[in-house]
Amino acid sequence: MSTVVKGGRVIDQIGERVADVVIADGRIAAVGPDLAGDQVLDASGCVVAPGFVDLHAHLRQPGAEEAETIETGGWAAVRGGFAAVVAMPNTNPPIDCAAVVREVLALGATAPCDVYSSGAITVGRKGEQLAPMAEMAALGVRLFTDDGNGIQDAGLMRRAMEYAGGLGVVLAQHCEVDSVAAGGHMHEGEWSSLLGIPGVPAEAEELMVMRDIALSRLTGAPVHFQHLSTGGSIAMVRAARGAGLAVTSEAATHHFTLTDEACASYDPVFKVNPPLRPADDREAVKEGLADGSVDAIATDHAPHSPDAKEMPFEQAPPGMLGLETALALGLTELDLPVAEVVALLSWRPAAIAGLAGIHGGPIAPDAPANLCVFDPDEEWTVDPDNLASRSRNTPYAGRRVRGRVRHTIVGGRPVVVDREIRP
Amino acid sequence: MRHLLSISDLGVEGIEEVCRLADHFTEVSQRSIPKVPALRGKTVATLFYEDSTRTRLSFEVAARRLSADVMGFSVSNSSVNKGESVRDTVNTISAMGPDALVVRHRSAGVPHQVAAWTGAAVINAGDGWHEHPTQALLDCYTIRDRLGSLAGRRIVILGDVKHSRVARSCVRAFTALGAKVTLVAPPTLLPPAVDSWPVDIGFSLDAVLTDCDVVYGLRVQNERQSEALLPSLREYTAQWGLTVDRAARMKPDALVMHPGPVNRGVEIAPEVLDRPNATLNEQVRHGVVVRMAVLYLLLVADPNSP
Repeated sequence: MSTVVKGGRVIDQIGERVADVVIADGRIAAVGPDLAGDQVLDASGCVVAPGFVDLHAHLRQPGAEEAETIETGGWAAVRGGFAAVVAMPNTNPPIDCAAVVREVLALGATAPCDVYSSGAITVGRKGEQLAPMAEMAALGVRLFTDDGNGIQDAGLMRRAMEYAGGLGVVLAQHCEVDSVAAGGHMHEGEWSSLLGIPGVPAEAEELMVMRDIALSRLTGAPVHFQHLSTGGSIAMVRAARGAGLAVTSEAATHHFTLTDEACASYDPVFKVNPPLRPADDREAVKEGLADGSVDAIATDHAPHSPDAKEMPFEQAPPGMLGLETALALGLTELDLPVAEVVALLSWRPAAIAGLAGIHGGPIAPDAPANLCVFDPDEEWTVDPDNLASRSRNTPYAGRRVRGRVRHTIVGGRPVVVDREIRP
Repeated sequence: MRHLLSISDLGVEGIEEVCRLADHFTEVSQRSIPKVPALRGKTVATLFYEDSTRTRLSFEVAARRLSADVMGFSVSNSSVNKGESVRDTVNTISAMGPDALVVRHRSAGVPHQVAAWTGAAVINAGDGWHEHPTQALLDCYTIRDRLGSLAGRRIVILGDVKHSRVARSCVRAFTALGAKVTLVAPPTLLPPAVDSWPVDIGFSLDAVLTDCDVVYGLRVQNERQSEALLPSLREYTAQWGLTVDRAARMKPDALVMHPGPVNRGVEIAPEVLDRPNATLNEQVRHGVVVRMAVLYLLLVADPNSP
């Protein structure tokens, strides 16, 4: 049984060409003109890209299955064109030892996309004692983070970077100095001042970016910055890369599409950490993505039940859905060629997650058949009631966007066909 | 206007309308039976998630003087202690059909959320650091009563502006009516991005004291010390307290105002509170008639007006 993706424009790191792609036995069998297969997936008018890789998804399992499971999050992922996601460790219990990594990987084995587990840097994500990174790395964990928390203690972060350097893994930091963030709930600025909501200044993020760049210089270890949200952070990352340091970073979709003004509704659907920032920062994030200072678009997909997002703004948990809207928002809001948006969603994050060769292309014979086929011109309206995620907390309800996933193929299996999931 | 969530919902005309109605209800209050049937058959529910004495009582008295029925809901003896969400509580109360819901909560924006969940008119009785619109309205009414008008008046708002919902409502209301507002506080107690507010900023109370028409003092909480926002309350009082000496340098007819409750001896000296130009009791009295005006405006006045 073979499948042919027919009539599309193939885009990967090799370049662009009009070609059909034949898939058999989970791998790409042939790429070229006028190919045939048992099952035909129409790709006319579409881009055929490597399946996307999300460096930053909260799949909520174990512990918060009412908001999402690895399976439902997996369906949200493939509906958004993602063939692989890295699951964040702020679960309950947290992913801070081999036992929980094994559970996540076992649940992920039956999910429609490839699920990779991150691991916590410290026990319980408490920032006090190093977690057993080697035993987690032995199970394939390549990205370690206390996401949701930044590592507050600079000395501890230094030792974590030294230790991780020996394992060949990357530490990813949620940059936020707690004492400066001081329990804020939105960006500290004109809007927080008017709305009377305690704020988090941009500097709470930037101080930790600055510190960890210095620690990367000290230790020689790589560091990956998660969901950068401020112009100052991006300028520092740009300079650090210019100086040859092993610094990578990601930006979340909402930080290049929304601003802190959205919080004026007091709707907790707009509460996220790091918070939505003013327009200048939003533009700086776009520039960072455009000039390569920021390597990847990440979703920071953070499902929450409707009950949680109906709490008062200051008590509601932060986070918003992202997997099913990331591609469209990248195409709609970033003033970039389609191939650049594809790069930000596929081979660049794949390299950071240590997945090169498995995910992110190139689309060539013998490569694993992980593909996303999308129509870059199709317009659609985001509808919270028409999402594969178990939760509904998208900040884009009613928003008109351009670019829609038509088919997603993971390991040779078409899991999304003609926009619909195929359980 | 369907709800009163922020002073911005009223605008200049709305504030003036409230003051005109309050004049009428002041006259009503002086009658032997200070009660009118304007809201007979209507129900006003109070939903207070935070302790309050004067605001809650003031709303209840105002509603009763308009002949409304009053439903009280306080957190301490309710199902909130059993973990009920705000939305479920609002749904429950709404099912009993109140015409107005008076809401106080420690978090900014809760009255906005409640307004989306209930068919009743929602009145913000204080939400986090955000707003306390009826307090600002009674303060406008008090200044207007004493000084004739707010236009061109110099009003100093003194103290912990950052954490003050009263300050946010007062700045909006006072400036809308043409007053010149100066915030005086240690910089740690000023809100972020305060240069975007339509006010002047001062560090020194002494520099602005002699030519202002109103000093509006705000409560300074003890915990500001442990949050490293103040070295000590003693230092605060020395630098920013309205002491007897400082009060003596104010213009003779200048007012001393405070939303209460006062930290006697911290933000204002006890002797200053007892002077005839201190308006604290008038503010409380005006609170009733202003809240009658707000209830009347929301529940009786033309429902089709914007």
